Amino acid sequence: MNLALKDIRHGLFRFVLTCFGLGLLMTVVLAMIGIYNGLVSDALAVVKAPAADVWVVEAGTKGPFAEASSIPADTRDAVARMPGVAEAGAVNYQNVEAPHAGRTLRLYVVGYEPGRPGGPQRIAEGRGIGAGHFELVADRKTGLLPGETIRLGRNRFAVVGLVDGAMNSGGDPAVYVTLADAMALQTELDPAAQRVQAARGAVSVKSASVAAVIARMAPGADVDLLTATVRQWKHLAALTQVEQEELLLVSVVDKARRQIGLFLGILLSVSAVVIALIIYTMTMEKLKQIATLKLIGAPDRTIVALIVQQALILGASGWAIGLMLILSVKDYFPRRVVLEPFNVMVLAGIIAAVCLLSSALGVRAAMKVDPATALGS
Amino acid sequence: MALGDILIEVSNVAKHFGEGETRVDALRAVDLTVRAGEVIALLGPSGSGKTTLLNIIGCILAPSAGRVVLDGEPVFDGRWLRRDLRRLRLDKIGFIFQAHNLLPFLTAEENVAVVLDLAGLHAEEGRVRARELLDYLEVGHRAKVKPALLSGGEAQRVAIARALANRPRIILADEPTAALDGARAGLVMDLMRKLAVEQEACIVTVTHDEKIFDRFDRLIHLRDGRLADA
Repeated sequence: MNLALKDIRHGLFRFVLTCFGLGLLMTVVLAMIGIYNGLVSDALAVVKAPAADVWVVEAGTKGPFAEASSIPADTRDAVARMPGVAEAGAVNYQNVEAPHAGRTLRLYVVGYEPGRPGGPQRIAEGRGIGAGHFELVADRKTGLLPGETIRLGRNRFAVVGLVDGAMNSGGDPAVYVTLADAMALQTELDPAAQRVQAARGAVSVKSASVAAVIARMAPGADVDLLTATVRQWKHLAALTQVEQEELLLVSVVDKARRQIGLFLGILLSVSAVVIALIIYTMTMEKLKQIATLKLIGAPDRTIVALIVQQALILGASGWAIGLMLILSVKDYFPRRVVLEPFNVMVLAGIIAAVCLLSSALGVRAAMKVDPATALGS
Repeated sequence: MALGDILIEVSNVAKHFGEGETRVDALRAVDLTVRAGEVIALLGPSGSGKTTLLNIIGCILAPSAGRVVLDGEPVFDGRWLRRDLRRLRLDKIGFIFQAHNLLPFLTAEENVAVVLDLAGLHAEEGRVRARELLDYLEVGHRAKVKPALLSGGEAQRVAIARALANRPRIILADEPTAALDGARAGLVMDLMRKLAVEQEACIVTVTHDEKIFDRFDRLIHLRDGRLADA
């Protein structure tokens, strides 16, 4: 006879409410874990997207993400000719705000050379950029659809394809345009400003600089040798993919990451205290029944099982409800909420440990109960 | 095992609480023998030591001195002679409480079967035995009902069934009829006596209920921790 289940069934409504409350708490914990993962994942998404081996940037900078970087566009040709490089491409990054369908979209514009590294790895819907100008591929989170157009700077671009999970470290969804369009977007003034510049005699020069050149290595080629060679040019710096990712995490998202991490720690501590209180209270309410069980001869293991099983069922239910809730609402968060199975299982382990520790308090109280109290003496 | 066997033998048992100026002698050199089939009552004013004696016989409270033998087995002689007192209670002793103390989350049948489950009986056998007892005590029709929905008399009969489920030879009852009216109290006592005789058990009852004094074989009076009369 499983006394824990019988007791739960007896007070089912109350137990379900308690589980639901705990589930809401677990939803918040899982949301924070997901936000934390999302922050890291988003930050790395833009670095990982080109699947590069080496990033060539402006010397003395930690570009193109942690700091601004500007290098001559023809650096790509020089890098492409270096030993071991399979292919190279120039890229440009910038944030723009563009009106669309009655709202303002904040977009992260990635300029790349179609057919070279730097563009989207996989088109989820539609096609990649085929024309030399005024086409873009957008991340699905922009809300743009293939066939729609959007004005960026002075030009209107046609959306030809969609990708998933492309954004910058701030969570702004990315759009891919050709490098030429991106450079124009960066340098072209609006007509009024152009007239002012013309009046003061300034000559309009189109920029020929890019943020970085990314290189993919041939199989077996030595990445370190390439970076060392590139660094011999005084105006350039080279970072491996791993260095670029570490730089991004340390420089760009570190504070936010630590902030969320600390909050997550506090949240887990609060959850542990709440779980402990619930289980302890549940046990204290049963002390007379525990005394009766002791009096009629129930061994300690029966009483321990009653408390521990209920604690674990409570924790498991709270975890499951929390997981279901967060899975059903995570896509409504403005930023990505990334829940890895590993994180979810680690949380399950933490909750199980907390439940066991909390039930130890209840078990301690139960073990102290004098069976004589059942007699009412 | 037969009627007339000595089931409870309490020799020179004393119990005090506290030391020095705060010392209270709850029991002083009490001797008591109860035989199978006997139904006895422990009487006395509040603080006379009735419940203390009941707790000592129930192996809930250790005496300060003396010797206790239950069903032929010495269990206390200056110290507990068995470590598994709960198993001893499960095997030899049945308790009936003033406030029946049924587990609220179990049905009447489960409240009886839980004792058999603890004793290691197969669940189905336990259920059948529980049902038999409840039928015998005329509460079988309430077997699937939780204690909160039972009347006082029904709940007390379920509690009696639970006390008898594991066929204990010693039944200890603390004010078992306090919550019942006179007629029902008499019926409950008659039932307990009948079962005690059938199971060759003895019943020790703490009671103040004068309406049922005539149902006992012996009335044991306690005063200031001593047996005053037998």
